[in-house]
Amino acid sequence: MTHSPQTVEAGEMAHDEGQQHPIKLYFVVWGLLFVLSAASYWVDYAQLQGLLRWSLILIFMTLKAGLIIAVFMHMAWERLALIYAILLPPLAVIGLLAILIIESDYTSETRVIEFGQGAAAIAAE
Amino acid sequence: MESKLQGQEQTLAQQGHSGFAADWGSDQRVFKKVSWGKAMMWILLLSDTFIFACFLVAYLNARNTTTVDWPNASEVFALHIGGANLPLILIAIMTFVLISSSGTMAMAVNCAYRKARKATAALMLATAALGAAFVGMQAFEWSKLISEGVRPWGNPWGAEQFGASFFMITGFHGTHVTIGVIFLIIVARRVWRGDFDRDQRSWMSAGNGDYEAVEIMGLYWHFVDLVWVFIFAFFYLW
Repeated sequence: MTHSPQTVEAGEMAHDEGQQHPIKLYFVVWGLLFVLSAASYWVDYAQLQGLLRWSLILIFMTLKAGLIIAVFMHMAWERLALIYAILLPPLAVIGLLAILIIESDYTSETRVIEFGQGAAAIAAE
Repeated sequence: MESKLQGQEQTLAQQGHSGFAADWGSDQRVFKKVSWGKAMMWILLLSDTFIFACFLVAYLNARNTTTVDWPNASEVFALHIGGANLPLILIAIMTFVLISSSGTMAMAVNCAYRKARKATAALMLATAALGAAFVGMQAFEWSKLISEGVRPWGNPWGAEQFGASFFMITGFHGTHVTIGVIFLIIVARRVWRGDFDRDQRSWMSAGNGDYEAVEIMGLYWHFVDLVWVFIFAFFYLW
């Protein structure tokens, strides 16, 4: 390395010696994952409904996933080339999700028109 | 400062977006300083992400298209303990067990890089034990639902697609956990024997003191936990 130590970014240094990070950080993340799981369990236990329920579930889910990927899977310290290669492709799934939600509304509507609301009662018997 | 560096050193030193462009634009390996083993594990996990995503999206689609009510997961997965009806209790315990196993795995990776051989092996075995406990609880959950009449083509509480979605999604995840437990034991055994401390190459280690196999194993294990985060949110809580 020709550059002086202070120009080496912390991430690169950590990488050179393998993924070595303060053990305290792992304990903090571990604790946060417990708290977030308990919070999402509470959402169900408290019988929250509607928009509040869905948004809380999604927020806790995203935070948990982010913590696991960033710290436990060391993504926060990887090269940007790898981070983008891994994280960008799954975003395409949101497109698939959007298309299928639109399609499912149409399918559901068609079923109600074709078979009527009574289809539900017949199937339930 | 970066512009003063020449050639190879320049690409190695670059971080951030200029480094990203340099990595992808170079006529060499893209993931510089990322070992093949780690890159391949990430590519496996990326493909697995798409498989799980397809299952979950298909399940949400099925759930949206039924004119029959979707069974209430909160009630379906409730247990009667000591006279009280606790909603989702088994799923909550399974979630905490899996998170704990992720914690012990992270500790194992940390110990591996400090070359604490026995602590690493012990923590990996603890992770495997928690994973096995998770699979055991899943087997209990499956047999309970099967005895209540849940089948891939129907169930007593409503939409038929519930059974197919449940067995497909949790079954595929459980298979991943089981494979993880087996591999944890295999890697832990090698660590315990001191294979990675010897100057001996294998498909897991480049020789003396190369413990990266533990981190790669960790990537897989954390991914299994990560998938459960999405299943927990979309299948059990939604």
